[in-house]
Amino acid sequence: MDYILSILGPLAEGSLVTLQLFLITLLLAVPLGLALALVRISRFRVASQAVNGYIWLMRGTPLMLQMLFIYYALPFVPGIGIRLPDFPAAIVAFALNYAAYFAEIFRAGIQSIDRGQYEGAKVLGFSYGQTMRRIVLPQVVKRILPPMSNETITLIKDTSLIYVLALNDLLRAARGIVQRDFTITPFIVAAVFYLIMTLVLTWLFQRLEKRHAVYD
Amino acid sequence: MPSMTEAAAMTSPMILADGIRKRFGANEVLKGVSLTLAKGEVVAVIGPSGSGKSTFLRCLNHLETIDAGRIVIEGDTLADNDAGGHARYVADAELRRICARMGMVFQHFNLFPHLTVLQNVIEAPITVKGIKREAILPKAEELLKKVGLLDKRDAYPSRLSGGQKQRVAIARALAMEPDIMLFDEPTSALDPELTGEVLRTMHQLADEHMTMLVVTHEMGFAREVASRVVFMDGGELIESRPAAEFFANPQHPRTRAFLDSML
Repeated sequence: MDYILSILGPLAEGSLVTLQLFLITLLLAVPLGLALALVRISRFRVASQAVNGYIWLMRGTPLMLQMLFIYYALPFVPGIGIRLPDFPAAIVAFALNYAAYFAEIFRAGIQSIDRGQYEGAKVLGFSYGQTMRRIVLPQVVKRILPPMSNETITLIKDTSLIYVLALNDLLRAARGIVQRDFTITPFIVAAVFYLIMTLVLTWLFQRLEKRHAVYD
Repeated sequence: MPSMTEAAAMTSPMILADGIRKRFGANEVLKGVSLTLAKGEVVAVIGPSGSGKSTFLRCLNHLETIDAGRIVIEGDTLADNDAGGHARYVADAELRRICARMGMVFQHFNLFPHLTVLQNVIEAPITVKGIKREAILPKAEELLKKVGLLDKRDAYPSRLSGGQKQRVAIARALAMEPDIMLFDEPTSALDPELTGEVLRTMHQLADEHMTMLVVTHEMGFAREVASRVVFMDGGELIESRPAAEFFANPQHPRTRAFLDSML
């Protein structure tokens, strides 16, 4: 017991890194994903196809590869040549990757809304933007909650990939202690930490779903 | 068509549709339909399914775009043929402004499910017209009272019967203060015992001299409320006459065949 208490400190510090990456990724990827989805369903063929290609690229290659590319290769790409510190590099990779997944969820959600809703709004004089903001997207939120719940839980666990940039997230902190102390207890404690995080997420999404269930 | 031009020349009619053509792929659903509505007229459009009557209605407020023809709403041109005989619409903002004068009620209501009854009614005045919530509330409540649903103001549409939903849809359309109301088979999705309440609301509206164009299968409504009945078949307007005359003495054989099949 004393041993577990003694490793809680470093593991909590690791959790902080994990949670930071998680929250900042969500904050960036949700609006970016929405923008991508709107372009994807727009009439602008070229832009729509470009988004299609982007989603294919981001879903078709490993997130770890994308992260390594942004950190190690981006500085040498002619014309871009940006060198990002490790944590920002991780955030950029995560946000770009998750935006692609979110975009597909949002697109499916938007396209599941009945045509009658657009027509009902149109005959009342709503512009396209007003229809989206006031009528379509509020209904989309409800439909995408289950897949978004899935995706955010995956994100919490994917954050452990940042060990490749030598960032001390929860899992890397645990592994460090395991290697130092020759005991697997830190792994078990780390697992409990992850479980608590996903439990909170599950609970949050359940509450949201319940709140949106009032109208059906 | 001299009668058409004469009618248009007198005063600007509420709706002037002239030579409307519309095709979906190889299927020409409207083969040059013309119709004029004067202020306060209640016109029922009847005809077999697939006759193009709903499509015609949907063309008037730009839910469908026409291929050829002219649409003028209260003197303002919505679409007109270019030199090549293809319909050209006015610019977007003008188009929205003109179409906003027509309220529409759909077969499947198209209420906004995430909004309460009251919110459904006040959403468009607030969002589209920029009216303050407090300013529109009394009017919204008055409209709900008129359609007999004030007690449901805070209910969500999913809790309402079909007839109640349709009456909310009517109140929602009226909240935008339209000059014309278009009804696209407003009772077709309702259980028979619920059509009465919707028809009564429409009757009331007709009594207040609202200009109405109603695509319907309700012969009783066409007979009692409509000032004029229009029969469409195969994408053409076959006959258009005052309601009493239309039913008592239909002229065209296709009209007679249709009326016979209905009885």
